This record gives sequence, C-alpha cells and structure tokens, in this order.
Amino acid sequence: MAPKKTHEQFVSPYVPSTAKVSKEAMMKEIGIKDDMELYRDIPDDLIYKEDLDIPAPYVDEFSIQQHMTSILKKNANATDYAYFLGAGCARHHTPAVCDEMTGRGEFLTAYFGATTDDRGKWQAIWEYQAQMAELLDTDFCGFPQYDGPWSLSHAILIATRITGKRKVLVPASASPMNMKIVDNYTDGVTERQAELVEVAYDKKTGLLDLKDLEKKLDNKTAAVVIENPNFFGMIETQGEQIGKMAKKAGAEFIVYADPISLGVLEAPANYGANMAAGDLHSLGGHLAAGGHQAGFLGLPDDKKYLSQFKDLAVSIAPTIEDGEYSFVWYNFEEGSYGAREEANEFTGSACNLWAIHSAVYLTIMGPKGMEEVGNTIMARAQYAAAELAKLPGVKVPFAGPFFKEFVVDFTGTGKTVAEINRALVDKKIIGGLDLSCDFPELGQSALWCVTECNTQAEIDMLVAALEAVLA
Amino acid sequence: MGMNSETKLRKFHAARWDEQLVFEQSVPGERGIMVPQPEADLASLPGQKAAGAMKRKKAPNLPEINQMKVNRHYMRLSQEASCAVDLTLNISEGTCTMKYSPKIQEHMATNPMINEVHPMQHPDTMQGILEIYHKAGECLKAISGLDYFSFQPGGGSQAIYTAGSIMRAYQRANGHPEKDEVITTSFSHPVDSATPSANGFKVITLMPDAEGYPDLAALKEAVSERTAGLFITNPEDTGLFNQRIKEYVKVIRDVGGLCFYDQANANGMLGITRAKEAGFDMCHFNLHKSFSAPHGSYGPASGAVGCKEFLKPFMPVPQVGFDGDKYTLDYDCPQSIGMVRSFLGNTAVVMKAYMWIMQLGPAGLKAAAIGAVLNNNYMESLLKKTKGISIKYGEDKRRLEQIRYSWDVLMEETGIGTDEVNYRVQDFGIPDYWTAHPPYLIPEPMTLEPADSYNKEDIDEYVAVLREAAREAYEEPELYKKQPPFNAVTHRPQWPMVEKEADNACTWRLYQKNMEKRMVKK
Repeated sequence: MAPKKTHEQFVSPYVPSTAKVSKEAMMKEIGIKDDMELYRDIPDDLIYKEDLDIPAPYVDEFSIQQHMTSILKKNANATDYAYFLGAGCARHHTPAVCDEMTGRGEFLTAYFGATTDDRGKWQAIWEYQAQMAELLDTDFCGFPQYDGPWSLSHAILIATRITGKRKVLVPASASPMNMKIVDNYTDGVTERQAELVEVAYDKKTGLLDLKDLEKKLDNKTAAVVIENPNFFGMIETQGEQIGKMAKKAGAEFIVYADPISLGVLEAPANYGANMAAGDLHSLGGHLAAGGHQAGFLGLPDDKKYLSQFKDLAVSIAPTIEDGEYSFVWYNFEEGSYGAREEANEFTGSACNLWAIHSAVYLTIMGPKGMEEVGNTIMARAQYAAAELAKLPGVKVPFAGPFFKEFVVDFTGTGKTVAEINRALVDKKIIGGLDLSCDFPELGQSALWCVTECNTQAEIDMLVAALEAVLA
Repeated sequence: MGMNSETKLRKFHAARWDEQLVFEQSVPGERGIMVPQPEADLASLPGQKAAGAMKRKKAPNLPEINQMKVNRHYMRLSQEASCAVDLTLNISEGTCTMKYSPKIQEHMATNPMINEVHPMQHPDTMQGILEIYHKAGECLKAISGLDYFSFQPGGGSQAIYTAGSIMRAYQRANGHPEKDEVITTSFSHPVDSATPSANGFKVITLMPDAEGYPDLAALKEAVSERTAGLFITNPEDTGLFNQRIKEYVKVIRDVGGLCFYDQANANGMLGITRAKEAGFDMCHFNLHKSFSAPHGSYGPASGAVGCKEFLKPFMPVPQVGFDGDKYTLDYDCPQSIGMVRSFLGNTAVVMKAYMWIMQLGPAGLKAAAIGAVLNNNYMESLLKKTKGISIKYGEDKRRLEQIRYSWDVLMEETGIGTDEVNYRVQDFGIPDYWTAHPPYLIPEPMTLEPADSYNKEDIDEYVAVLREAAREAYEEPELYKKQPPFNAVTHRPQWPMVEKEADNACTWRLYQKNMEKRMVKK
C-alpha cells in the first residue's frame, strides 16, 4: 500500500497533468493559481470536502495485478473444471483469430467514428450484419442488441406495433431469465405494451403443446414466440406448423434461435418465421462470466418490419470517388439519437465488439465448419444423454431430438440437484442448471449441456463421477 | 524528426488496402479452421441426422477462406480504422469520455479466471467475481454518496432505462399509477428522453433558458400530480455545471417525483461533487467512459445504476450480498423490476473499472477529475482565441469536462461550417469530432472532451489542427471545394446516412439487390 497522498502529490501514468510542469503551464494559460479554482462555479455546499471513502490504491502495475489475481483465483473456471452448464451461456471453442481481432486496439478502443476515417471498423461490423443474415437466411440484420432476450423483446414490440395488438403467446418452457427481461421490457405505465400469455409444453416431448396453442391463439394475438432449440434443448420439430397456425390467426411468428445450431438446423425464416432473434454468445464467445452476451435480430426486407427497427446499422454507400464504396449509418436520424422519445424504443452502446467477434467466427468457420460443429455437438450430447440415462434412478424425460442441452431427472435417485451439483464441484465438475424451482413439475431435474468442448473422455469421467455421487 | 514541432501538423496518411468484402474472397473448399469431430465410438449415433425435418436443407452462404487470409482480411480492416484511443487523439468524441484504457486491465480480463467462468455456476465457486462486484459497488457508493449499485445494465442507455423501470415500479407500489410523465432537458442526452418513453412514460422536454441552463420557470410550469420524476444530466453537454440543481430537485420532490442524475458526464467531478448532496434518488455512471474501460467499437459497455436505500427493493435481481464472510446472489426481492440484462451484466467491464479506481484511490480520482477539467479549460483558452469559433452561454463561467463549441462565425464569414471542418481535420490524423445530438440548439456545433489521459502537447496538437482548418477556410477556401478528407481511409460518402425508408445495403444480399447497380465501376 502506498502512503497517503493529497491529489497534488499524486502521480499517475494515466493522468499526465499530475506532472507539475505541464500542470503549471496549463494553469498559467487559464489564469488560475489553485486547481480548485476550476470548480468555482459549483456551489460550496455541493463541493465534497472529505477524502472519498475508498481504499488506498495499488498504484503500480505489479501490485494491481497481484491484487486482482488474489481475487480472481477464487473462481472455478474451465481450465480445471469440466463444464456441463449452458442455459444461454454454453462453453464453445473460441478460434484464436477471434480473440486476436477483438484484442486489436483499433477495434477495442474505438467508439463511433465516421466512415471516412473508421471505415475498416464499419466494414467489419457490416460483415457481421451480412454474414449473420446469411446464417439466418434473411435479408436484414443491424447492430447487435444488449443480449438475446433484449432482441426477443424488441421483436415482440415490433409485432405489437405492426399488428396493433398486444397479446403475445410465449412458451411456458421458455428460459425463465429471458422471460424476466421480456416481462419488464414489455411493461408500460398506464398499460402493458404486450400481454404475455404462456402456452403449455407437452409433458412427453417438451415441445409446444399445439392444443393449448390452438386454444389461446385468436385474432387478438400479435405474435407467437417459440424457442428453437427450446430451453429444454429440444428441437421444436413442429416449427412449420406453429408458424402456419400463427399466420392464419394474423399473428407474427418469432423464433428465438441458437446461432451455433444453424449449420445443421433449418434457418427460422425457412419454416415461416417473420423475425429471428437470439444471442450471439454461442458463436465462439467466451463464458466471460456472462460478459460475452449480445443479441441479434434478423428481419425481412419489408418496410413493415424495417420501419419498426430500433437500432443502428451500417449500409454500403458509394463515395464521391468512382467505384469506391463506404459504410454509412442507417436509422440514425429516426432512431433515438435523432428522434429522442419519438423513436421506436431506444438504442445505445451495446455489443459491437462481439459483432466483430461473430463476423470473424462466421468467416473462419464457413459453411463446412458450422455444419461440422453442429454435428459434433449433437453426437456428443446424444452420447452423454444416453450414458446418463443408464445410471440408476436417472431419467431423460423428454423423447425426441435435441441439440446441445437436455433435461435430466434425478428424482428417482433420492437426491436433490443441489446436493448432486455440490458433490460434483468437489470432483471438479460444474453440473447442469437446477430446474427444480422454476419447473417444479419436473421434480429434481437439471438442464445439462454438452458441446464440442466436452470430449467423450470427459463425458465418461462425468458418468463415473455421477455414479459415485449417486451411490 | 517526425511531426513538425512548430506547426504541430502531421503529414498523416491513413492505411488504404482497397480490401474486398469478405464474400468476394471465398474459394470453394478452403477452410478457416478445423473443428472437433465426434470420437470413433460415437459414429453409430445419429448426430445431425436426428434433426429430421428440421435439418438445414441449404448450407448458409458464408465465405470459405483459409486462415491466413481471414486473419489478414480483418487485420487490414483494423488498419483501416483510425479513430481508436490507442492510436490517436480522441478528444473528438465529446460526451463520450474517450480516455486511455490501461493495458493491464485487458490482460486481466482475458485471463481464464474471469474469461472462462460461467455466470450461473454456484456463487460459492465464483466468490472472486462477486467480491469485485461488491467492492466496486462500495467505491461507487463513496463516489456518489448513494446506498446501492447494480452492475447489471450493459450500457449507459440501458442503465437509464433501468432507472425508468425502477421509477415506474416505485410509483406503482406507492399507489400512484397516475404518475405517467417524466421531465428531461434538451441538453441532456437523447436517451434521457428515449428510455423513459420506452418505459411507457410521456416525456416533457425543457428547453434551455438564456443562460443555457434548463428553464427552471418552465419546470415549475411542467410539474403536476402526474410527474413521476426527472431525468437530468449535470453538467449538460454545454459543460456548464447547473448551480441551481438542488432547486430543480426540490420542484420534483414537492410533487412526489423521483430524481435521476445522469452522470455520463461525471468525468470532471469524481471526488469533487456527488449525487447525494445534490439531492438525487438515483444516478448512473458509464464505466466505459469515466472509469476507463474501453468502448469496444460501441460496446460491450456497462452502466452502473445507483440508488438510495428506499429504492433498493426495486433494483434488478440478482443482488450481490456480503455477510462479512461470504458473497451471495440474492433473488428473493419481491418488489424488484426483475432483470434488464442476462446473468450479471458485463463482468469484465466492471472489473476494469474497479482496477482503475484501485490504481488511483481517493487522491488519484480527484487528480484525474481535475486533470480532465484542467485540460478542458486549457483547450478552451486556446480555442477562444481561434478565429471562426465561438462559445455559447456561460461567458465568464468555468466549464467542467467538455464544451460544445460553435463554428458559426466561420460559417458566416467563409460559408464553411462544422461538417466541412470535420472532414478536413481527418487529414491530420485526428478523428472526426462529435458535432451534437439533434436538434442543433447551438449552430455549427463541435463537442470536444480532452479527457484526463491527454497531456498539454496532445491538446496543443489538436488545437493546431483546428486552427489550420480554420485558416484554410479563410485563406484557401478552394481547398474545401475539392472536398476533403484527402488522406483519410476513404473519400466522403455521396450521402452521409441512409434513411430508414430508403432501400439499404446493410447486408450482402441487400447490397446485391439495392446498391450494386448504383455503384459506378472504375
């Protein structure tokens, strides 16, 4: 710890005016003798005269590094734990080139910039938009939203504005966290902006219960939302039928998709989705303790939808030089920077670095890489589910194809998920998400996740560990 | 050697690679990376075939490019990006506080000890993350004087949105559903209007009075039993501290409203003046601005939202708790608005802010705030003497961290205004500057913010460029007829923006549909 200093004595490599010579020269130019004269227009009763009650600093770089390491080493992490936890933030491999690019100061420490001087950055972001649209097989994609549920919320409000209706059908199986975010976002002051009505799931398949959908779907419905794969990991094989039912009732069909599945699973637009939302995380994002989430929204080239879009995008446009192109903002004036409260919802700094990350990911993977990774994930998840189901008292309750996650019911083991997961931590395994609070009807169930990062050997190790824990 | 030390003008030229779009570089069969394959034992499993009717029929039209070329492509794009704080004097983006992000932060943030942690793993297995949240919260409590902070919002706008949600929940819980209006000011950031509106409030905007402050008389007229609260920045984008801020708060309080202090412009005030003493119920800080985390080309960001104790029950869940021994995540908050962002927010951004605070401490934070204000006042002193520039409002007033200048005199005398100057400055290696959020209440605006990271020589160079651009407007106006910039990455676009109702080329397929035919070939 450094001895206590006043602000006049403090020297920092980050604050060059702490060098006396410069400071004095600038003060001379301004015509002040004491630096607090800079604040003469702040009323005295608003000037805080004490020292801030924060700890003494670690001024040198080595000390702050040590301090942070001593804190961070309290975190279990994927270098020495096996992870089987997803729920919107599954472990996937990050190609080194992705990290290389997001670590570039030119991207990392930039902000807005014009096309004339920041063109390369805008091209990278345009290439995100363009490749994402290809992955979604849709026409339009703009800057990412804060995260997947935020994109879904935006899609829902687009649907309410397009249809002039407020009822929105959402799956009862949807991610509880996502629904918390959607619920607040679609609230209002005098009335809700959207009324969320849950559609039951089929107890055998975990998929949407079409009878319940039929019952709840009417001409007051603005949108039908599904997740595919759904929160239980199941592939919603009834997607096309649900879309047809929604459209027949005059409702929009919104699909919440997992982008890493789209090398092997059909793009939502191709089974009738008007809008496709989701989170970019699975495109090689680090777990990052939740800091690598970013939302996407794919829309058709139709003014009906585009006029309701809230965020910015970049569009190719020609420059004054023949044959040269640049990237210019789309939806700036009409968005909340220009139109303030008249805009659709609002926009702001969200996740463009992760857009660049996703752009690099999609380029480096290509169509073949996307297909292969989807296949590997499915094969390993199938293997894990089959092996786990062999354990005494353990069931995999839902029948049907799944992508990378699946529900495992431990009720028959006589142990709670919490107990099992606690025991697994001691064996350096992070187990599946406990569903017993949010889905009590599933008993002591957990949502397990297997990706291309979980090898067969790791799965075998897990099964052995679970066998011991359950014994 | 190098830049002329007398003129302080650089012979700058940006990199131009004439790089093709990624789609144009595709070679069928090339691979950028190999991915893990199922083990031999798994060969009998169906894998993707299990998808049945949901199996993708046509592969996505993504490019196929070998790894060296992928790397080279994005490297070239990074070279064609010349506005980053790491590279140049980003005094340009006023209101955005473009300060240096110490490299040690990034090195820690990419460490697996944070970068490979799952946000839903048991709190006992991520005590380090929670400790950072708790300790960063304690620091912001001291800096603001408020009682509790949430780091869930993933940006400044989302933080202000969260404050609106809390206001809505609070007024509803207290039996005031009639409170459906909020008040903001025209010099506050547009998001102070847009986010309450997204929460469902009607928005009343106060225009500035003759002194440039939000009109207090108009505020008194605007309030009623329907007023839910106030969203106000201080200092506003003029850089002038609103001396009567407590009176505004009182007017709102008298009608049962809550007061939110938008502290996006806090960089000049850390350790100097606080939200608490000004009477506010809530505030927010942009950790990617005032607290040094990088802007990431427009996010990931973090907006820390703070409140007084009586509003804590409404804050997002989970809330980080500490019993003196162990850190916890508390979801049991029945009055909470729920969540605004997945999981815990942008954890790495919070960590970077915490590191910055912990390298400066109480004296250092104050030195940084003073550094920012000193820089700004020094720059003002130089620019005041620059022909063509005027400064509106607040004559004889000190500014805090930024100033919205006007090129109105230059426009009047030469016909060359802020948009033209903004192109020209790029020829000297400084980024295009922020003019103003619409509407332009100050004509021909230019908003500059020389944050605490810049030294006197940086500011001198920046000023030299502006002076040169102005001199040319007076003495060599024909240069502007040739439409600078000449040395930036590209020439100026034929149109600066694409309107929403126009055909756009935001994707490859829309480019081919709407724009390709409009591009003139060389």
